[in-house]
Amino acid sequence: MSLLTVENLTLQFRTDEGLITAVDDISFTLDRGEVMGLVGESGSGKSVTAKALMMLNAGNAIYGPESRITLHLEDGDVDVLACKRPREMRVVRGGAISMIFQEPMASFAPAMTIGSQMVEQLLIHTDLSRAQAKALSVEMLDRVGISDASARFNQYAFELSGGMRQRAMIAMALSTKPRLLIADEPTTALDVTIQAQVIQLMQELVKDFGMGIIFITHDLGVVAQTADKVAVMYLGRMVEKGPVRAVLRGPAHPYTQGLIDALPKLDDLDAPLRPVPGDIPSPLERPSGCVFHTRCARALVDTCRTAVPQWSNAGPDHRVACHLNTGETCA
Amino acid sequence: MTSPPNTLISTRDLQVGFAIRKGPFSKGLLKAVDGISIDIPKGAFLGVVGESGSGKTTLGRALLQAVPVTGGSATYDDGEVRYDLGQLKGAALKEYRSRAQLIFQDPYAALSPRMTVRDIIAEPLEVMGLTKSRAETDARVREVAATCRLNLEHLRRFPHAFSGGQRQRISIARALVCGPRFVIADEAVAALDVSIQADILNLLKQLQRDLGITFLFISHDLSVVAHTCDHVAVMYLGRIVESAPTRALFRAPRHPYTRALFSAIPSLDPDDRGRAQVLSGEIPSPTNQPSGCTFHPRCPFATERCKREAPQAEKGADGHMVSCHHWRELAAAPDAIRQAEPAE
Repeated sequence: MSLLTVENLTLQFRTDEGLITAVDDISFTLDRGEVMGLVGESGSGKSVTAKALMMLNAGNAIYGPESRITLHLEDGDVDVLACKRPREMRVVRGGAISMIFQEPMASFAPAMTIGSQMVEQLLIHTDLSRAQAKALSVEMLDRVGISDASARFNQYAFELSGGMRQRAMIAMALSTKPRLLIADEPTTALDVTIQAQVIQLMQELVKDFGMGIIFITHDLGVVAQTADKVAVMYLGRMVEKGPVRAVLRGPAHPYTQGLIDALPKLDDLDAPLRPVPGDIPSPLERPSGCVFHTRCARALVDTCRTAVPQWSNAGPDHRVACHLNTGETCA
Repeated sequence: MTSPPNTLISTRDLQVGFAIRKGPFSKGLLKAVDGISIDIPKGAFLGVVGESGSGKTTLGRALLQAVPVTGGSATYDDGEVRYDLGQLKGAALKEYRSRAQLIFQDPYAALSPRMTVRDIIAEPLEVMGLTKSRAETDARVREVAATCRLNLEHLRRFPHAFSGGQRQRISIARALVCGPRFVIADEAVAALDVSIQADILNLLKQLQRDLGITFLFISHDLSVVAHTCDHVAVMYLGRIVESAPTRALFRAPRHPYTRALFSAIPSLDPDDRGRAQVLSGEIPSPTNQPSGCTFHPRCPFATERCKREAPQAEKGADGHMVSCHHWRELAAAPDAIRQAEPAE
């Protein structure tokens, strides 16, 4: 059962230096209860894509005319990009979609208690009374493993540690029972030990709540531990997508292969670290043809520089946008 | 205790404390580094790992005399000069600065946006008066830039024109320009993307080999440390709980904390989920340290003895140091770690 359909999403920003293409013609779908990992380097357009789903991008964003984002809810489809008035936006901002941000300190208001922020959003998005909202908030804080939840409810964000804050953020995002949860680098700012706790918590919550999750990260290990399927982005384009096992074990795009090779692996300390050569180009100087050709060791001299690669099959449900792939072309 | 020959940095019971206010009339002492004894041989690549709040950065700063040492001793001896880091002041401190340098974590914050790359790299030379003429400075800057694989045309540009990886190479060039023997890299790759991270790590390794620089590499990322360092020290709440040559440590970690850190690294294998031995709780505040072994509230194997008595460091002939009462029993039953329940 499909929950979200993104078709031909193109997003540009008008800036003083000119028009910057942040997302270039990407399409994907997400089913209910499915976890999709969205992977890529900084500047690849992961966060901008996620923000587009909630219409949170800045006012200088220009959506392409072909772009469509459709949210399939029980009471009908929502055309996200057509939402204009604040009342319509509430559905995608906190109603059906919730977001967990990277930096938990920056995403809580510093002058309000954790509890009053949780209650505030419940009053906006649900029919609960203030007392019910408080009861639910305390229950959610307890559910995500915060001890002494009713005391924490009255504390401020600065009184909690990083791991606690991220748990509270997750509790807050889930209390409105969203259909879709967007987690933007939720574990990046945390220590490995705390990251492992948060990953375990999210695995449990997916089982219990059954919502769709888009998990944005640059850490392939985190994706392997959480996602059902993966989409790899580079410079605003999606270059590979497929089931998590297929992509991580048999990466078909040279960029995905490069990312995996660049990771230090603990089971083979003698393996040399192989960086992806070169630097990610400035968005003002987007390469022509395949955007990755400037850093690709196997780039074909003519084809890759001039022609944008089409999607082709690399396995069951596994698609790659690369000229080197020999599988049959697909839409 | 004497340090072996060929030791560059040697600390004995090093302590760094910060005075804090506990209440209106009571003052406390926050022990960020609490009794560290370590010898860093010349040309070594020593990794220091631990969670945030474990005192890694403070240890690095203390060795640069960037925070005052409040107890114990730390010495620097490169064969030409010998400094007692706790007493270093004035001209000697300035001279030491040309021998010990720091690479910062965030290459976006560490470079002045108003200076050209050439000026950024040349500044240490000018401040320390190491070169006699502008031409000499320029020659040295070009030489260092080439070592760090920076394009010479880039020297006239400003930092905003560069990506994270390039900025970190500029930052490294600035640290190297005065010819240091000892460089502390504090989370030098943490802010970089994986595809670039490997490039910077390879550069640091090359500098160790070609220039014989001794590195103290501070990181929270164990897999990065495993691939770059020769020797690793694991810190928890201001103390070193385990230290060993990298291979020995990763093959058979002895301290329960080290084991937990290893198992928390997310595996790249999607079928390996739920393998992580999740450590309950968080690192306690250094102002309120647990009794006995400071790790006991989070340790799945803690016993009554751990609550009462602080473990002593035990060092084997193989250079593997661990401070845990029960490491021998744990090494004998390695699978116990998965079944054990945390102590209440």
